[in-house]
Amino acid sequence: MPRDLAHLSDEAIVALAARSDEVAFGELYDRYGRVAYGLALRVLRDEALAEDAVQEAFLAIWRGASRFIPERAKASTWILTLVHRRAVDLVRREERRRADPLEDTDLAGAERSAEDVAWLRFERERVQGALRQLPDQQREAIELAYYGGFTQSELAERLGQPLGTIKSRMFAGLTRLSELLDAPAKGDAWAPTPFTN
Amino acid sequence: MGTDPLHELTAAYVLDALDPADEAAYEEHLAHCAACQEEVALLSGTATALALAAGPADPPDALRGRILDAARAERPNVVPLRPRWSAPLAAAAAIAACAVVGLGVWNISLHHRLDRTESALRGVPLHGAAGSVVLGVNGRAALVVTDLAAAPKGRTYEAWVIDGTSAASAGLFHGGEKTVVVQLGRRVRHGSVVGVTVEPAGGSAQPTTQPFITSAAI
Repeated sequence: MPRDLAHLSDEAIVALAARSDEVAFGELYDRYGRVAYGLALRVLRDEALAEDAVQEAFLAIWRGASRFIPERAKASTWILTLVHRRAVDLVRREERRRADPLEDTDLAGAERSAEDVAWLRFERERVQGALRQLPDQQREAIELAYYGGFTQSELAERLGQPLGTIKSRMFAGLTRLSELLDAPAKGDAWAPTPFTN
Repeated sequence: MGTDPLHELTAAYVLDALDPADEAAYEEHLAHCAACQEEVALLSGTATALALAAGPADPPDALRGRILDAARAERPNVVPLRPRWSAPLAAAAAIAACAVVGLGVWNISLHHRLDRTESALRGVPLHGAAGSVVLGVNGRAALVVTDLAAAPKGRTYEAWVIDGTSAASAGLFHGGEKTVVVQLGRRVRHGSVVGVTVEPAGGSAQPTTQPFITSAAI
């Protein structure tokens, strides 16, 4: 029987999926499939591999939903962490990494709603603005690691820097980025999760 | 962040940029380091922002169906056993895993029975009875059991928070109601199991019987 799950929070949807609710699982895909695929595509630069990464990540979500603890992280963080992890695993296996900047993905696709478009665009511009405020070397370390899939020791070799320098750049850069994004980043991580949106 | 060099790996960890050996070492460290757990939670939110900044893209329409088909083929989703469970609990869970456990109490009205400032979202299923452990913030939790017969005369139910091999008393209750909500007197943490035993009236300092209700690991 069709149900309207739109009013439920991500965390509530995950809790339903943990009880083998396939409709809820489908809703989760509808909410995060495009962001997940966009992320996987950015890391993998290959549509078939990006599909594989998204499929593997969502099956990990399905299997792991019963162990998700909303007090520790938002569902969006958990989901996108899994997607990123799969994408990075695949890119390392496929030796597909490239470091040149990727052209912007078209945002004008078939979004679920105008609010989604606006919110994603706003969030994206906010993060890109914050990234631009980082010192070049810190931004480079973060972008190569997160979007390029390079490990810190690979980055040290690639950039001709001591490993300790790379570690420091990543740590300083990500911490600074967190401060620049400030309240939402902190609030997102630990705030109690409301039952409904 | 203190002096342990592993603290420095937090950023690389949330960026998925650790080499496998470093990652294993860091995860071991993370399990015991509250400061790092907090740092990971904070910086994971920042990594999520990076994910959103990658920009969405339309996957092929067929992907949705493929994923749902694959998911359907995998269930029923039985809560998996975890190696850190003590042997009796693992045995109890293995038996319970064979039964269909109903979960009728996970609902909004539960909110009002709990601290109103907290959101009771997460229900950890029980084995041995219908119900769940509902988690609030900071390890506070409530045990919710439905259709549990009243404790025998001269006896009481006692709830326990079990961490590894140690059990701490977390409250007494009698059952016999449609739904009983027991605010646990102990905080739970990751890996804790909530169990219920039958004890002499007044309760016991340590369980004297095997738990007949156990939760999945928190």
